[in-house]
Amino acid sequence: MAHSADADFKTRLQAWIPKLVLSPSVAMMLVFVYGFILFSVYLSFTDSRLLPSYGWVGFENYSKLWRLSHWEISLKNMGIFAALYISICTAIGLGLAIFLDQKIRGEGLLRPIYLYPMALSFIVTGTAWKWFLDPGIGLENVMHTWGWESFRFNWIKDRDFAIYTVVIAAVWQTSGFVMAMFLAGLRGIDNEILKAAQMDGASNWNLYRRIIIPQLRPAFLSAFVILSHLAIKTFDLVIALTGGGPGRATELPATFMYSYTFSRNQMGIGAASATIMLMTIAAIMIPYLYSELREKR
Amino acid sequence: MGFLDIDNTTKSYGSVEVLHKVDISIEEGEFLVLVGPSGCGKSTLLNMIAGLEEITSGEIRIKDNVMNGVHPSKRNIAMVFQSYALYPNMTVGQNITFGLEMHGVAKPEREKAMQDVARLLQIEQLLDRKPGQLSGGQRQRVAMGRALVRNPDVFLFDEPLSNLDAKLRVDMRTEIKKLHQSLGTTIVYVTHDQIEALTLSTRIAVMNGGYVQQLGTPQEIYDKPENIFVATFMGSPAMNVVPAVVRVDGGAPQAEIVLYDGSKARLPFSQPNLTAWDGRDILLGIRPEAITDHDSADRKSGNIASLSNRIVVTEPAGSDMFVSMQLGGKDVIARMRSDADVRAGQDFEFAVNMEKAIAFDPETEARIQL
Amino acid sequence: MSVASQDTAIRTGRVTRKLIYLVLVLFALFYMLPLYVMLVNSVKPLSEITGGGMMNLPQAFTLEPWAKAWSSAQIGVEPTGLAPYFWNSIKMVVPAVAVSTVLGALNGYVLTKWRFRYDTILFGLMLFACFIPFQIVLIPMARMLGLMGLAGTTWGLALVHVVYGIGFTTLYFRNYYAVFPTELIRAAQIDGAGFFQIFWRILLPSSGPIAVVSVIWQFTNIWNDFLFGASFAGADSQPMTVALNNLVQASHGVKEYNVHFAGAILAAMPTLLVYIVAGRYFVRGLMAGSVKG
Repeated sequence: MAHSADADFKTRLQAWIPKLVLSPSVAMMLVFVYGFILFSVYLSFTDSRLLPSYGWVGFENYSKLWRLSHWEISLKNMGIFAALYISICTAIGLGLAIFLDQKIRGEGLLRPIYLYPMALSFIVTGTAWKWFLDPGIGLENVMHTWGWESFRFNWIKDRDFAIYTVVIAAVWQTSGFVMAMFLAGLRGIDNEILKAAQMDGASNWNLYRRIIIPQLRPAFLSAFVILSHLAIKTFDLVIALTGGGPGRATELPATFMYSYTFSRNQMGIGAASATIMLMTIAAIMIPYLYSELREKR
Repeated sequence: MGFLDIDNTTKSYGSVEVLHKVDISIEEGEFLVLVGPSGCGKSTLLNMIAGLEEITSGEIRIKDNVMNGVHPSKRNIAMVFQSYALYPNMTVGQNITFGLEMHGVAKPEREKAMQDVARLLQIEQLLDRKPGQLSGGQRQRVAMGRALVRNPDVFLFDEPLSNLDAKLRVDMRTEIKKLHQSLGTTIVYVTHDQIEALTLSTRIAVMNGGYVQQLGTPQEIYDKPENIFVATFMGSPAMNVVPAVVRVDGGAPQAEIVLYDGSKARLPFSQPNLTAWDGRDILLGIRPEAITDHDSADRKSGNIASLSNRIVVTEPAGSDMFVSMQLGGKDVIARMRSDADVRAGQDFEFAVNMEKAIAFDPETEARIQL
Repeated sequence: MSVASQDTAIRTGRVTRKLIYLVLVLFALFYMLPLYVMLVNSVKPLSEITGGGMMNLPQAFTLEPWAKAWSSAQIGVEPTGLAPYFWNSIKMVVPAVAVSTVLGALNGYVLTKWRFRYDTILFGLMLFACFIPFQIVLIPMARMLGLMGLAGTTWGLALVHVVYGIGFTTLYFRNYYAVFPTELIRAAQIDGAGFFQIFWRILLPSSGPIAVVSVIWQFTNIWNDFLFGASFAGADSQPMTVALNNLVQASHGVKEYNVHFAGAILAAMPTLLVYIVAGRYFVRGLMAGSVKG
C-alpha cells in the first residue's frame, strides 16, 4: 500500500519537475521583458520627467513627440538608413554569396574575412570608421598625400551626408552575415535542378533569375527581418561614430530615446519613443515568428 | 555508323581513370540500359552523353555529329533525373515548357506541345499545381513530360525509379516500356536494378569498375554471360558458381563436383570441346532454375543429369520453392515448383539441366569460349 | 571552359571567373581595411598620424600607445587605462555566459522532451523577447536594479545579460534537441531514469557542439554590448566597451588616435580570438538564430 502511494507521489512530482525547471526563465521573462514593457508603455502615458511619476496624462507625450522636429529628424534618418542598409546589405550579401558559390579557390580564406566584422562590437566599428572617414586624418587626407589634391570626403562632418557614413559602417559590419545566409541557401539547392536547367538551355543569367533566386525566398525573408530589426535597434554605432551629429544629422530613434530619457529628463517622451520602436519591431517580428512556429509544429 | 556512338571513350579525374575505353553503338529506337553496381561508372557515362561531364578522350556522336564540347542544351537530348529535378517555384505547366522557352519557341506552340504531352501522360489536371503538391509518381510523369516535350533525338534516364516504392516502381516500369513501344524513341537508361535492365532494354551494357563487362541483348546477357561478374550480377537469385574439375570419360567432358559429404559426382557437359580442359579446375555456373526436381525439368532439354544430394534449407516463396544444398563447398540454390515434396535434411535427387551450364576459367573469370 | 565539377553544375567562362575573383578580392580588402588601419596606426607615434599618411606602415614602430591604452590612459577620474575595465568585462561576462547557457540548455530540454500545452506559445514569447528594442526596458530595469541593491554593480550587469540572453540560448538548445531522438528519452524513462538523470547522462554528453555555439554567441554579444553597460554600470563597474567609448570621446586635450586604436583592438581582441579559433561555431550560431525550418 505504502509502496504504491510513494510511486504515485513520485510520478506526480516527476510531472511537475519540467515545469518547475522552466519556471525561473519564464518568470524572468514575464517580469523583466513583458512586465517591463508594460511598465515603460505605462510611463509613456504619465508625466514622468527625471524620475518615474505616475500622473496620467493620456496621449500628451505622444502628441508632443510627433511635434518635435528632433523626433521627425530621427524618423527621417531611420527611414533613409534602414532603406539603404537593408537593400545594400542584401545586394552585397547575395552577390558575394553567388560569387563564392562558383567553386572559388580560397573560399576558406575569403569567407572568414567577410564575416569577422560581426564579431566586433559596434563601438569598435564606430571608432575605426570614425577616424577612417575623418577628413583631417582619414581617407581624404590620405588621398591628398597620395597626390589627389582635390579629393573631398568629409561626409561625416556634413549635415546632409553624415547619415550615409552610418550606412557605410553598418553595411561593413553585417553584410558578411547576410552573405553567409545566402550562401547556405544556395548550397541547399538540389544540384540536379541546376543540371536540368542547363539541359533546358538556360543561360547562367536565366538560371539565376528564374530558378535559383526564387528558391532563395526564405533567405531573403530572414535577411529582411533580421536586418530591419538590427536597423531599428542601431544605437552603439551612432554613438561611437558620430554621437548623433553633426547637430541632429545622425540621430536615430534609439539615440533619441536615450538622450530624452537620461540627459534631457523627459522620461515620458523617452518612454513614448521607445514604445513606438517596440511597435515597429513587433509589426515585423510577430507575423514572421508566428509563421515560423506554425511550421515547427 | 549508329544513331548514338560512344567511340573508345575514356574519362579521368586527374590521374584517376574511371571509364576505360567504352565502346558502344546503338541504332535509332533502341533502348540501351547501362546497369551495374554503385561506382561502376554508368552515371558518369550518362552524364558524358548528356554533356554534363567532359570527355577525356574518345568521341561521342549523335547522328554522326560529334558532341564533344557541345553544350548540353544544344545536343537535342533530354534527361529524366533520379530526383526528378522539377523547378519548385514553377507550376507543372511552366516546368514542362521551360526548355522550349529557353530555346525561343513561341508561346502558342509551347502551349500546344505542353497540352499534347500532358494528354499523353495523363497529367492534364496537374498543370497548374506546383511540384511540392504532387506525389512521387506524379512528379515522375512531369519529369518525363518535360523530357518528351522537347522531342529530342535521345532520351536519358538516370535511375528514375529508385525513389519510388516497390509497387509504383513496377507500374512505372511498364509505363516506360509502353511509351517506348508507342513512340519509338532512342533511350539510354541507367539503373542498378537488373530486373529493370532485363525487362526494359533492347540491349544491355553491364558495367563494373569503369569497364563494359558485356554488351548484348537481354537474352545473350542472361544465357551467355561472358564472365562471372555478369553471370552473378544478372538474374535473381544469382547464378550458382561452383568449383569443379573437368574429367573426360569416353571422349565426353564431364564436370566433377564435390557433394555435401565429400563424395564426388559427375555431370556431363553438352559442349564437346571442353575435353581440352581435361584434369583442370574450372568454375561451373548453373542458374537456380536449371536445378529442379525431375518432374519439373525442362522437357526440351537434351541433357538432364541426375544429382543426389542432401537438402540443407527449404524456402517457400509463394510461387516457387527455393532449395539449397552444398556443392563444392558452396551454398547452391535450386528452384522448384512451390508444391515440391522436399524437406530440410532430406536426401533428394535433383535434375540438372546441363544444356544451360556454363564453364568459367577460374583465373581469368571469363567464360570458356568454345 | 572550366570543368563542370561535381559540387555545383554551374559553369563560368574564363573572363567571368577573373572578374569574379577580382570582385571578391576587392571586397576582402574593403573588409580588412579598417582593421589594417587600426593595427598600423596603433603602433605609430602620434606625430606620424597627425602628419598624415594613415595608410602607411609605421616609420617609427612603438608599443607605447598600447601600454598607455592598457594602463595609463585617462578614462574615468583616474588615469588607469583600460585594464580595470577589461577585468570588469570578464567579471560580468563569465557568470552571465555560464548561467544563461545552463538555463538555456534546461529550457530547451523541457520544451522539446517534456511537451505540455502552450509550450509553443511560451517558446514564441521567449523568442520574441530576443528581438525587442532594449530601450523599452531601460527605465524599469534601472529601477529594479536599484530596488535589488544591484545598481551600478558588475553582478547587476551580469543579471541583466542573463535575463536577456536566455531567449537566444533557449532557441539554440531547443532547435538542437528537437532533432535529438525522443525514443532515447522514453527508453531511459522505462529504465527508471528521472528528469535530471536523463539530462545529465543522455542529453548533455551529446550537447557539445551546441553548447559551444551558445557560449560563443553569448560571449560575443555580452562582451560587445554597450547599451546595458552605459545604462546600468557605475563608474567602477563599467565594461570595456563603455570605457573605450569614453576614451575615444574624451573631448579635452589632444586626441591620441594611436591610443584610441590600441584601445579599440584591445577591446576587440577577446571576441576576435574566439572567432578565429572557433569560427565554425560562430557561423552556426548566426545561422541557427536566423534561417529556420
